[in-house]
Amino acid sequence: MKRLVEALSVIVCFLLQSTIFHYAGFAGIVPNLMIIITSIFGFMEGRSDGMVVGFVSGLLIDIFYGSVLGVNALIFLLIGYGNGVANRGFYPDDIKFPLLFISISDIVYLIMTYLSGFLLRARFNLGYYFLHLMLPELVYTIIVSLFIYLAVRWILLRIEGRFEEDE
Amino acid sequence: MARVKVRRRGIQIPPGYLLLILTVVSILLMILTFTTDVVPTVFNSIAGYTFMPFKEGLTEISAYANKRADDLRQVREVISENEALRAQLDELTQENDKLIQNRFELIELRTLLDLDSEYEEYDKVGARVTGKDPGNWYSVFVIDKGENDGIKEGMNVIAGAGLVGIVTKTGPNWAQVRSIIDDDSNVSGRMLNTSDNLIVYGNLEAIKSGTIEFGQLSDPDDEVAVGDKIVTSNISDRYLPGIAIGYINTIEKDSNNLTKSGTLTPVVDFEHIDVVLVITQMKEEGGVG
Repeated sequence: MKRLVEALSVIVCFLLQSTIFHYAGFAGIVPNLMIIITSIFGFMEGRSDGMVVGFVSGLLIDIFYGSVLGVNALIFLLIGYGNGVANRGFYPDDIKFPLLFISISDIVYLIMTYLSGFLLRARFNLGYYFLHLMLPELVYTIIVSLFIYLAVRWILLRIEGRFEEDE
Repeated sequence: MARVKVRRRGIQIPPGYLLLILTVVSILLMILTFTTDVVPTVFNSIAGYTFMPFKEGLTEISAYANKRADDLRQVREVISENEALRAQLDELTQENDKLIQNRFELIELRTLLDLDSEYEEYDKVGARVTGKDPGNWYSVFVIDKGENDGIKEGMNVIAGAGLVGIVTKTGPNWAQVRSIIDDDSNVSGRMLNTSDNLIVYGNLEAIKSGTIEFGQLSDPDDEVAVGDKIVTSNISDRYLPGIAIGYINTIEKDSNNLTKSGTLTPVVDFEHIDVVLVITQMKEEGGVG
């Protein structure tokens, strides 16, 4: 059941992000839904779940929008693992913790993308990219992540509650 | 407690091993992309058949909602008629470009006498944009036609009357297009009026202001001015000659005093690309006589 929720989240977020969110974006910037769910499943469900969700998300991006298979898969995989490590300090009622970890995840993703795709081609204007791309994406991602986190938490808690009743 | 966990989740691989396995798989995929075509092709096919129907549906829904929001009063008939007319206009504009170009060329030909080249009518396939890059770094999008419709890697993509980009990856029913405003894109261009060659560079910083950068234009007599038209060059090995790119927006001399660079305004509105035309003729096949 949980696996199904994870698979559906990845698919729905990927589809939404590459289609509808481009129409809803502010100033051409879209929030990073894939990072949000990778991070959420990481700190809510542990390292393995975070890794698998991240790996599949990254691979989907690589297939449709990347030029080399595996680059985004690796970045997302590591982010999922990192969030999984934070699983121990996580309480579902605390709202600051998820937002903090999603923000850190997005920052790590942005920096890794810059390093792998831009710095290597001698694009050194990090200040510009930070102001016009990273910062807006980060703010937008944090705002959207609040809603997604609440939705995922609601679903996961319901499912897990049902499991405990069965046992 | 531990037994309950095992029963609930089945066999568990320790996270440390899983990390190792998935990392190795990722790196293996990267290596395979560079060495063989088989694995990417398999992935492209599987992903294409599972995701494209949803993507198409969602894009249609969002495009529809967008249109509704834009103009509630417009009747459907008017929209369809408008679309048809717009398509016709695009075609005519392009034809007009070609004619203007032919005129310049005629003058050139008269002076050179023995040059015999004429731009052929390119065969095109229409396609709909079904998704855009989920990140904010690149300008890559996916269209709903693929190998099954004869689309191949390296084909030029146009929208309206100008160059949009090039097909960089294909699946059975989808294709990836890298637009010319993408940070990773370089196009060899030519001034329509003076026939000077230049390079058009995509740049993330220029996208925000709606322009594209160009450079390496040698114009010793200062003949090129703001507003002049840039088309694709005939010495490019990937782009067909004579496709409009844009108009010069700013131009200045480089510090080497030999070449000029600046920005150009593209013909295509990259913010609102819904339908594109893929030219099924490839440069390598010798499109120009």
